Amino acid sequence: MTVTAAAPPRSPRPAVADRDLRSLLLIRHFERALLRLFERGVLSGTTHTCLGQEYVPVALSALLRDDDFVFSNHRGHGHFLARHPDPHGLLAEIMGREGALCGGVGGSQHIYHQRFLSTGVQGESLPVATGVALKLAGTGALACAYIGDGTWGEGAVYEALNMASLWRVPLLVVVEHNGIAQSTPTSVQMAGTIAARAAAFGVRHHHVASADVEEIRAGLAPLLDAVRTEPSPLVVEFATHRLGPHSKGDDTRSPEEIRRVRESDWYDRYAEADPERFARIDAEQRDLVERVVAEVSARPAAQAASAPSAPSPEARP
Amino acid sequence: MTRVSEHINQALHDLMESDPSVHLLGEDVCDPYGGAFKVTRGLSSRFGSRVRSTPLSEGAIAGVGAGLALAGDKAIVEIMFADFVALAFDQITNFAAKSTAMYGRPVPVPLVVRCPTGGNRGYGPTHSQNPQKHFIGVPGLSLFEMTPFHDAGDLLTRMFDLGRPCLFFEDKVLYTRQMHDTGDLFRFEVAGDVARVYVDGAGPPDCTLVTHGGLVHRTLDAMRALLLEDELVCELLVPAQLYPVPHLPRLEDAPHVCVVDDGTEGGTWAAEVATALYPRLWGRLRRPITLVNSADSVIPAAPHLEREVLVQAVRIRAAVREALS
Ligand SMILES: Cc1ncc(C[n+]2csc(CCOP(=O)(O)OP(=O)(O)O)c2C)c(N)n1
Ligand SMILES: [Mg+2]
Repeated sequence: MTVTAAAPPRSPRPAVADRDLRSLLLIRHFERALLRLFERGVLSGTTHTCLGQEYVPVALSALLRDDDFVFSNHRGHGHFLARHPDPHGLLAEIMGREGALCGGVGGSQHIYHQRFLSTGVQGESLPVATGVALKLAGTGALACAYIGDGTWGEGAVYEALNMASLWRVPLLVVVEHNGIAQSTPTSVQMAGTIAARAAAFGVRHHHVASADVEEIRAGLAPLLDAVRTEPSPLVVEFATHRLGPHSKGDDTRSPEEIRRVRESDWYDRYAEADPERFARIDAEQRDLVERVVAEVSARPAAQAASAPSAPSPEARP
Repeated sequence: MTRVSEHINQALHDLMESDPSVHLLGEDVCDPYGGAFKVTRGLSSRFGSRVRSTPLSEGAIAGVGAGLALAGDKAIVEIMFADFVALAFDQITNFAAKSTAMYGRPVPVPLVVRCPTGGNRGYGPTHSQNPQKHFIGVPGLSLFEMTPFHDAGDLLTRMFDLGRPCLFFEDKVLYTRQMHDTGDLFRFEVAGDVARVYVDGAGPPDCTLVTHGGLVHRTLDAMRALLLEDELVCELLVPAQLYPVPHLPRLEDAPHVCVVDDGTEGGTWAAEVATALYPRLWGRLRRPITLVNSADSVIPAAPHLEREVLVQAVRIRAAVREALS
């Protein structure tokens, strides 16, 4: 049941909207700023950037509704910012400053904000997303879970897919297939294909080769409608590229490979397509992120919230 | 001077060289990456297919290790962060450990599961834990922890010689410290399983502390402050075997015993040590054994919050002072 995206139309490509360009560049500059903060020793722990993959959540965000639930993973800054353009709250969380989304407890990998939730244990989210989708079924809302190609090694992924298919829940699994898991190429950690694995569970699969936001949306819109209305699970597999290291300074790929990967970057492509508009929005977002960094850095440390013994009813989504 | 991570790396090289039946499996363990903490560096280049980078499949790789062991070889499985050993809990407790006994005759399962533990690195709630306590009291399972004093090669050999599965915990901050480094004030000796760290020529201690490898440096910091600022002499015992709790020497004359454990409150290793000591020391103890643990809390990512939750030198010092006051 693999549906392959229509061959990319040669020309003319629909221009990327200002709103999307803003979102793409916000994520790009936000993560570049994070890497600089790490270099300066201001940040502790680790960070996983989505450099090169920003267009995936940006393309999806316009197709998601407010009542959808989004599950994210370790590489989640883009997932978050594409859905909630709140760089102050996210940076405060990463820096442990006042105004942090989760009081500085979760940090980069553990965020729960409105209907967005991330966790740093791979594969853990898919069964939970299935449970949320079970509850959402019939409301028109869906649960969207981002996972990487490497995460298909975890058994929980298959247990969840099986139930999602059996119980016909509105679960959208977004696979960011960047061909690598930390340092291990997918070719030596995945037998067969994601498409065939989805097929084995009778779950629809859609492959996206394009990095063009509008084109991706055009292909996905009817499929997401089906997820909501039938309802039924769907696996959308993006062929994408991780431009940076897995976390920081731990890239063991060859220089040629990294160069090849960089050639796929949307950044230069969008810059060439419309230089003036791109430069304007690029500068605007770079300045915005600089202001966010300055403002959040000046805030006092987040105060430890005293953990309530039972979650308050308001804490429920 | 050798960093602890390099020392373990050398021990793995030596073991794989001397024993061709040893396999090593784990996520990203192959060169050039050599593991998330570089402890397996160089092994895949030297030992080929006996070293395998695996998919993200903690449960299954623990099982594969048990299978290699069952088939007559020996296996070392690296769990990238100890937190994820939770995914291998079934394979370790219900298969590997039980198999040694549940078939009505001894079945050797020489399997070592290496688990990088601990916080103070700002990695957040799912990458900072000390899960030792969850594995205490599993029949057929032994727990060991790397210390700055024990030879990792000897420990690996001991674990395999037991013929039963072992968890080997390695603190991630300890990786970055030097072997055998106690600072100027202290000396150490290893007798049997237990390392003893003491102040040379100071006479009998006011308090004997017991801790595991990952907490050694924070405990030594506390002992230094207690000596120089509070004029209290402390001695430290560090067993490499955590469970079953081994014999801890020289406690009969200790005026006070304090067990320091980085695991969070509740069902702790420290309580297990105290349980082992009470019958032996009952009647000699002047007061209850002091237990120091991390708070009953998830481990926050923000360093200033994380520091509050995990055991730090100031907490250890305060606990000893309070007990002796
Ligand atoms: C259960 C579990 N095992 C291992 C890890 C460590 N880890 C974090 S990300 C990662 C690789 C993930 O690869 P993939 O799913 O392809 O996502 P990508 O990093 O490429 O976005 C690993 C091994 C983890 N976080 N959780
Ligand atoms: Mg990947």
